[in-house]
Amino acid sequence: MTAPNPEDKKVPQPAKVPEPVAATPAAAPAAAPKAVPPKYVPPVPVLNHKNGRLIEDRFTTWPTQVFANRWSRPGFQWGAGMLVAIFGGLAVTGIVVGELATWADKFYAALSSFAASKGLSALFVEGVWTMIKVLIVLHIVLINGLWSIWWERKISAHIQSRVGPTYAGSPKGWNFHGWAQTAIDGIKLLLKEDITPAAADKWVHALAPGLVVAPCIIAFAPVLFGDNMAAASLDIGTLYIFAVAGISVIGIVMAGWASGNKYSLLGGLRGAAQIVSYELPRGFSVVPVLMFAGSLDLQIISNAQAGYWHGIIPRWFIFYPVVGQIAFVIFLISSVAETNRTPFDIPEAESELVSGFHTEYSGMKWSIFFLAEYAYVLLGSFLLATFFLGGGASPINAAPFTLIPSWMWMLGKAMLMMFVFLWVRWTLPRFRVDQLMDFTWKFLLPWSFVNIAIAGLYLAFWFK
Amino acid sequence: MSNATQELKTDQLFINLGPQHPSTHGVLRIGLTIEGEVIVKAIPDIGYLHRGTEKLAEVRNYHHCVVLTDRWDYVSAMPNNLVFCLAAEKLMGVKTTPRADALRVIMCEMNRVASHLLFFGTYGIDLGAYTPFLYAFREREMVLDLFEMICGARLTYNYIRLGGVMVDAGPDWLKRTTEFVEYFKPRLDEYDTLLTYNPIFMARTKEVGIVTAAEAVDWALSGPNLRGSGVDHDVRKSDPYSGYENYDFDVPLGKTGSCWDRYFCRVQEMRQSIRIIEQAIAKLPEGPFMASGVAKIPKPAPGEAYAHVEGSRGDLGIYLASDGGISPYRMHVHAPSFINLAMLQEKLVGMKVSDVIALLGSIDIVLGEVDR
Repeated sequence: MTAPNPEDKKVPQPAKVPEPVAATPAAAPAAAPKAVPPKYVPPVPVLNHKNGRLIEDRFTTWPTQVFANRWSRPGFQWGAGMLVAIFGGLAVTGIVVGELATWADKFYAALSSFAASKGLSALFVEGVWTMIKVLIVLHIVLINGLWSIWWERKISAHIQSRVGPTYAGSPKGWNFHGWAQTAIDGIKLLLKEDITPAAADKWVHALAPGLVVAPCIIAFAPVLFGDNMAAASLDIGTLYIFAVAGISVIGIVMAGWASGNKYSLLGGLRGAAQIVSYELPRGFSVVPVLMFAGSLDLQIISNAQAGYWHGIIPRWFIFYPVVGQIAFVIFLISSVAETNRTPFDIPEAESELVSGFHTEYSGMKWSIFFLAEYAYVLLGSFLLATFFLGGGASPINAAPFTLIPSWMWMLGKAMLMMFVFLWVRWTLPRFRVDQLMDFTWKFLLPWSFVNIAIAGLYLAFWFK
Repeated sequence: MSNATQELKTDQLFINLGPQHPSTHGVLRIGLTIEGEVIVKAIPDIGYLHRGTEKLAEVRNYHHCVVLTDRWDYVSAMPNNLVFCLAAEKLMGVKTTPRADALRVIMCEMNRVASHLLFFGTYGIDLGAYTPFLYAFREREMVLDLFEMICGARLTYNYIRLGGVMVDAGPDWLKRTTEFVEYFKPRLDEYDTLLTYNPIFMARTKEVGIVTAAEAVDWALSGPNLRGSGVDHDVRKSDPYSGYENYDFDVPLGKTGSCWDRYFCRVQEMRQSIRIIEQAIAKLPEGPFMASGVAKIPKPAPGEAYAHVEGSRGDLGIYLASDGGISPYRMHVHAPSFINLAMLQEKLVGMKVSDVIALLGSIDIVLGEVDR
């Protein structure tokens, strides 16, 4: 803390500092010959060697100062206005753009006519169209990584009374809340050394991240991003997503085993047990939804929730009394467990297993695990929105809200669910392994069975 | 058939928990032999932070020894300073002034708050809750700011000196401290809602690491670890020093001696410390803050002295022997962390790997004090 020395001279107080230091030795010899206890001259209370300057600066950052009248602070007012502007701008943009599915249809028609004019086959059109859809889905997963990591950092920061990233971006004032933080982190991870431990099984170690991330990208194929906006319209969409996403656990076990680290091995085994166990309540909790909708197709499930009871309450499955709420909660809990996030992060428990199965991963391989984790969060969020929150339906049966297109409602609901994922992570402690297993086998699974039974009664007597 | 059973027999796995591990709070190493997730053998291994402060004291004079004491329990250094000063003052026959005593009490209690906040935060992290850590550190930062304001140091204070304290607390400092106290009281309720009564947290700690009262006494535990088992023993009450008998405060006790009880004792102790600080500030006596008659280089008469205080981690004692020279002839520290740690070896057997962290965190050791 020698840097602010030049500033010190501006303050008049530091001149007093040497006085007590000089005064005490002067007083001591004078008193000594009298053989009485030396008269002790207490020094002038000096706060510290900077005479309190440094510390006075710091008191402005005390929570007592920061938390007092927070709404009178310009930052809060500015931030609130900004949020309103962002949401309003998004809504207006949505109303102007309209349904993306119609744009896609127009593009497909243009592509077909272009192919017909050039004499190309229908297979070519389908191929190009599929390629475009695959690229879009792939980029949704990748951009989700950038977005959700930044968002998680900001949310966790504000939950923990921090501010999170603020600098990354541009040095010239375009560093809006550190928007470029994840992108720059990604560059850093790309440039980092990719270490394979000597004890590792080289091939399995390298293959594991791929095996974790590939199924979750594939699982996005039938995911509904809005009305008629899925890359692949599958009759068995729900089943397909659960089946494909379940493959990732093999990658986690491989990563744990191939690292040649005992902690990683424990993490991998824990991960396998946990994910396989939580597949069951996750699957069974959706069964009432499937029973009500009568299909596994996500589009049909979404359509089944259209309309309003008494013109007010949306006919979403979460608003079905008892059954909807139980199913929603079980599905939410199981989805959090599937993504290995707190309170279910025992496979990567940092404080116990030193990050578990990805202890020995570095650089891009490590970041691929995270890409997969956030992709699963997004997948879970979209599924929650589709199954329980009415898909692309507007929550309020009134003019400005019903004008907003379905893809925007879908995205909004998914982001709301993603916020729940992040919120839960930064609030709760972690389960223990056996408690985790008890929770799924003794609590979630029986209740999901009960829920199916209640749903059957509803179908038999109410929705006749 | 016998062949098949032999093949099914699982191997035991030996893992090193520490010395570099996120949850050992320093450089403790525990050699764990595990079978699946269950521990069959645990060997704590200490000594990675041994700096020989007791030996170093034998070649330093008494004023310099105070500096050494800061380095034992570095997250709560004020009681360390205090206990050495109490012992040395006993040797020298110095009587401290009432204002110095009150300031010492304020500092020790504030340091107890800071230390328990560190425990609260890190215990949350040990059990996977990250947010309590930052909440605790937000408040601990305020305590450290106050310490920095009064003595210039944030960790190793060297504030309590032989015969009194280093500098007087000015009105500005007392105002800031009162501000902190008022701010901190509602925060404690916030902590309870965030972590203490969290169902997952209680499930992780209520049934884990139960130490009965008899066991706790047998292991000579002290501090919140002893009181968590329901044994009512607090040096501040049983053997008051620095005028603790003048303050009105309770000794929080646990019921079953589980990790949660030990944790909750500490959280409750923070409330009591705040009570003591409030009282001490309200009736802070005027007068000198340093006793007269402390030599620059003290040479106490040959003899020995023992003083103990209720440190943040338990009954912190110090034994000083003087041969009339300028340095202590011998100094020995009765370190509560070291003694509390002894129960690990037996208690860990049969636990899950996750419970190791829960138990180790709830003992709240500081390796600087264990190894000295």
